[in-house]
Order: sequence, then C-alpha cells, then structure tokens
Amino acid sequence: MPKKTPEIPSASLADIAFLLLIFFMVTTTMDVDSGLERRLPPLAPDVENKDTPPIKERNVFIVLVNKDNNILVEGEWMQMGEIRDKAKEFMANPNNADNLPEKEIKEVAFFGPTEISKGVISLQNDLGTQYGTYLAVQNELVGAINDLRNELALSKFNKRFDLLTKEEQDAVREVYPQRISEAEPKRVGGN
Amino acid sequence: MKKFGKQGKKETPPISTASLPDIVFMLLFFFMVTTTMREVTLKVRQTLPHATELTKLEKKSLVSYIYVGVPHAQYQRVYGNEPRIQLNDQFAEVRDIVDYIVVERQARDEAEVPMMVTSLKIDEYTKMQIVQDIKQELRRASALHINYSARKRVENL
Repeated sequence: MPKKTPEIPSASLADIAFLLLIFFMVTTTMDVDSGLERRLPPLAPDVENKDTPPIKERNVFIVLVNKDNNILVEGEWMQMGEIRDKAKEFMANPNNADNLPEKEIKEVAFFGPTEISKGVISLQNDLGTQYGTYLAVQNELVGAINDLRNELALSKFNKRFDLLTKEEQDAVREVYPQRISEAEPKRVGGN
Repeated sequence: MKKFGKQGKKETPPISTASLPDIVFMLLFFFMVTTTMREVTLKVRQTLPHATELTKLEKKSLVSYIYVGVPHAQYQRVYGNEPRIQLNDQFAEVRDIVDYIVVERQARDEAEVPMMVTSLKIDEYTKMQIVQDIKQELRRASALHINYSARKRVENL
C-alpha cells in the first residue's frame, strides 16, 4: 500500500517571510535628501550697502573661481584639495601672523574671554563657472569651519561637535562663526 | 528504479496556501518601505554634485524643490538643450520662482513658514548664470534658507 507523503510544514514559512522582510528593510538604502545648507543674505536696499564699514584686507579670504573652473585663493592658483587647509589656517590664525585676520576678545559661555577672529571668507565666481565646482568650493569652505569647530569641541568637551548640547554648540559656533560671503558674480570670461 | 515507479501512482498533495498572506504582506511592506514618493516626474536630466559636509533635510513637508538641468530628450525639441528650471511638473522661467514660493508658503501652516527650506536640485554641469538668477529670485521672495542638494562623497583614502 502506498504511503501518503506528508505535507510540507508551513508553520515556519511566516518566520522565513519575516526574516526576508527584515533583511530588505535593513539593506535597502532609502534615497535620503541631503545637501549643503546655506543661508542667502536678505535683499538689502542699495543705500545700506554704502554705509557698511570697509573690511581690512588682512581680514578677508578671497576665493575666486573663473569660467574654466580654476581657483584663485588669496592671489594664489590652487587645487581643490588645498583650499580647506588654507581656509583653516586663515580662520584660526594660530601664530597671530600679521597677514592673517585680527582677533577681538569676546566673552563666550563655557570658554570665558576668547579671541575671536574677524576673518571673513569672500567667494566670487564667474557666471560661466560650473555649478559642480562652485559647490565643491563651498563644500571645502564650510568643511574648513566645521573642522575647526570639531577640533575645538574635541579639545574642550572631549566630544564631537554634533554630539554637544545645544548651548555648547552655540558657544563653539560663536568662537568660529561661519562667515562666508558671496559677492555678485562677474561676467569676466564671457561664455 | 522500483522506488520511482511506486511514487508515480500517488496523487500529489496540494501546495499549502497558508503562508500566502505572509508572502503578500512581505512584498507589500517591502514596497512600502523602499518606494520614495515623488510628487513630480523629473523632466530634466540630473547628476547631482558630490559633497562631504551634508545636512539631511529634516522635515520633508516643509521643503520646496527647484530642479535645474538639461531637458530629457523628448522635451528637447520644444525646450531646447540648454539647462532649464523645473517647478512642480512644468518647465518654468526664472520669473516664475517668486510665485512658486508664494504658493508653496500658502499651502503651509503659518507657524511653519519660517522653517521652510528650498532645496535646489541642480545638475553638476549647469553654468552659474542660471543658479545666480535663481538665488536672486529667492532673495526677492525672501526664501533665504536653501539647501544645495548633493550626494555623499565617499572618501577614497
């Protein structure tokens, strides 16, 4: 007499299904929207512009990008990889060099009286510059300031900047403000 | 081969369907999780630039998008092959941006308006001319909080 084949047990199938579900949930990278956050300056009436006091040359870090995506930093032709260190040196001015920005002493929470650089980064591009290059330069400049903040946070609080509390972050931000100004682009190189 | 001969006479048991709902649910969940809802269909070609200092866009509902890039092949006949701006589902001109921002603002709660972010999804190879025009328009609309959309760059050390 032929034996009946036993049915395949289906009790564990649900488990397998869940296992697969969890596996896919963990491995699929969802397309997260991320980007470089910036704030545009408000549209000021022309009259106000004339009143702004002139900034000393040593306090300005000039970055120029031309239509061929070449980068000129403080009068020097530079590669993308060099900007970050140069900008960090400018903002920190560790040796109080004469040609790097002045500092003023301000009272900052957690730090007490601290020397704060008066440096401003000025970025100017040509209208023919490629957006990719422009963003890469911005990325380096923002990165330089983020690096400095991170270093300060590590030495003072022994924590990365993004792990600090809100008040601590504000204090670090005050020591290294993100002052990147963008000049109106010029059409120098034609199209 | 006696063994196989015997087997042939038996009727095959039906495949159990008890687990079918599980499988269906699994597929459902999988697709629910992975599909990112996109309200607009992209009409422009985009290769986003890469960057390292990224911040995530926190509240998706407060983000308005501006796309810039070369139109896809099927639109090039009408719109040319220069980079164009896309707002919602249509190609737009620079002067339409202010209206777009105003409409976007009206759709949000008043208290949330100051937290709104404009995400600029711009093709890497676009010239700055058009980007500059957009920035000027955004300043005019006082939508000052912007986010240059970029992908995470993997550092090759």
